Amino acid sequence: MNEILVAKDIVKRFGEYTALNKVSIAVPKGSIFGLLGPNGAGKTTLIRIINQITLPDEGLVSLDGAPLRPDHIKDIGYLPEERGLYKSMKVGEQALYLAQLKGLTKAQAKEKLRYWFKKFEITDWWDKKVQELSKGMAQKIQFIVTVMHEPKLLIFDEPFSGFDPINANRIKDEILELRDKGATVIFSTHRMESVEELCDHIALIHKSNKILDGKLIDIQREYRTNTYEIGLLSDQKEEVLKKLNETFEVSEATFKTINDELKLNIRVSPNTSANQLLNQLMPYGQLTHFVEVIPSVSDIFIQTVQNN
Amino acid sequence: MVGVISLIAYLTQLNNDSVRTISVLDESGLFVDNFKSTSATTYHVLEGVELDVAKKLTQEAKNYGLLYIPQGANVDEIAQKIIFYSDDSPSLFVMDDIEDTIAENARTIKLKDSGLDATLVNSMNVKVSADLETFDGETTSKMGNGLKLIFGGAAGYLLFMFIIVYGNMIMRSVIEEKTSRIIEIIVSSVKPIKLLLGKIFGSTLAGLTQFVIWIVVGGLLMILASSIFGIELGGMPSQELINQASSSGANEELATIVAEIWRLPLLNLVVMFILFFAGGYLLYASIYAAIGAAVDNETDTQQFMLPIILPLMLAIYVGFFTVIENPHGVVSQIFSYIPFTSPVVMLMRIPFGVPIWQQLISVVILFATFYLMVVLAAKIYRVGILMYGKKPTYKELYKWLKY
Repeated sequence: MNEILVAKDIVKRFGEYTALNKVSIAVPKGSIFGLLGPNGAGKTTLIRIINQITLPDEGLVSLDGAPLRPDHIKDIGYLPEERGLYKSMKVGEQALYLAQLKGLTKAQAKEKLRYWFKKFEITDWWDKKVQELSKGMAQKIQFIVTVMHEPKLLIFDEPFSGFDPINANRIKDEILELRDKGATVIFSTHRMESVEELCDHIALIHKSNKILDGKLIDIQREYRTNTYEIGLLSDQKEEVLKKLNETFEVSEATFKTINDELKLNIRVSPNTSANQLLNQLMPYGQLTHFVEVIPSVSDIFIQTVQNN
Repeated sequence: MVGVISLIAYLTQLNNDSVRTISVLDESGLFVDNFKSTSATTYHVLEGVELDVAKKLTQEAKNYGLLYIPQGANVDEIAQKIIFYSDDSPSLFVMDDIEDTIAENARTIKLKDSGLDATLVNSMNVKVSADLETFDGETTSKMGNGLKLIFGGAAGYLLFMFIIVYGNMIMRSVIEEKTSRIIEIIVSSVKPIKLLLGKIFGSTLAGLTQFVIWIVVGGLLMILASSIFGIELGGMPSQELINQASSSGANEELATIVAEIWRLPLLNLVVMFILFFAGGYLLYASIYAAIGAAVDNETDTQQFMLPIILPLMLAIYVGFFTVIENPHGVVSQIFSYIPFTSPVVMLMRIPFGVPIWQQLISVVILFATFYLMVVLAAKIYRVGILMYGKKPTYKELYKWLKY
């Protein structure tokens, strides 16, 4: 069994409105799985179904090969997008309570919390009330509460919102560490650069349908445009540009260099190899930069959503 | 509760505390000697002045009012023409006092006129107090009826108060979990229905604990009172004992009251109180929880409160007006079976003697309705806790039931 979570043909209707229309996803063990989609696409509904907060009208979800059971909740850690804590309760008491809801004994919970509070250097928050904490501080507590019972599957919905860049990095590192320790992560966000950085699989949901999924690298290959970003040092820039324009599809590119070269995006036909292009370019001057343009997740997102 | 009652009594007392000065102009001269000043009222007798002058004098002195007794051929004629002048309508108690004083004196005068001795006539009054007894041979008394009213009324009213207070508590806790956005974290660990039931049963038990404490304290006070008045505990006190207690001196009234309280179906009342409290509270608490889940903040709850407050108010009014008039009348009976009113109405009826099987049927109906209600409430709750934004209409709530 290679997939930790399989959702098959999930249908969820709210009255007339269909929130999910036969959506299937398969999350490989040990991966970081990006669940993407525009606002209102149905991501949160799918996540809630996985968490057994709502039940699907049709379809089946299985965790580790077995259909979802109530006791599976202890195997899942969920950090919702809309999250909060009891405002007038003390941080420590509250974390203990939430840990016990996940099935830890009080002693276990205390031990785990001590570890995490120490790790985040927040041991002195234990007796503070949540309303005394800043938003970012409260987010840390929520993160700890999500992961402390060491679930097999972690679901993060916009985990970085409310964090400054330093703490966002901190959380990112923690997520990677948890993955390395064997957890699988489902990650839902609108910040495409973090998807690119973290995810190895993605699924894109749009208007209640899944329109794309797979390994991120495969998808990027599929969406490649055979475009190369080049930097060319030449004395006769305009002439070179004119000549290139006759043979290729050329557009201006921007990247950082220390020379004053021609910066171009050159698109070639799919059967032209990189070496062929190199050979054709070299006569024109000093080649300082040659990179294949990898389609960004953001481009793929926008392109697929607009085409559907 | 006791504190509130004492406070009201104290405030009433305070209200009557100022001394009233009343001017009296008695042209007949027959009654003037009967108005004796008391701590609450001072009578100021005016003599040899015209009515207009007397009015002016009274107003200038800022007195409470002017009692004018004109001259007349006989007592009857005078009594017809007595006028009380004042700034605004005088207190009923004051008028009762004055009228009683005049009436009594008029009676004495008339008796004298017809040649009878007033003291002799007074001694001929016979005090009658019929003993009441049921066909089963159980002695009842008018005081017993009063106590039944008090006990039933208090039980019903307490239940009403607790449903509102503890129900609001549940509603607020649901709203708090919603507005603080912790709810999604919680429901990813606990099923919404479990959370809902936990809330409802938890607060019911908290309420019951409070009642049990009250009952224990109340019971201890009763036992204490009984031992002070020398009433034997355990079972119904015999008539003999009551008589004995009655004749034992200064505290006879109090002793009779204590004895009468023991005569009430106290065990039945306490057991049923707990059952009806649990059932009634569970029923209303599930509605309160559903309302809490449907809205985002407390100000939005108003439109949904009517369905809760209306039946409860109805129960209280039916209880206080219909049950008191006739505890076993048709209306009282019907309302003691309708689950939304039965906890209050039935509790008020129980001291007057309701067969156990009727009580049980009512309890069963109540709990069955609770079950239905909690199923509906759970559906609204499940959808509502994760819905933010606009406040739903009844139509939308109905739609949620089908999600």
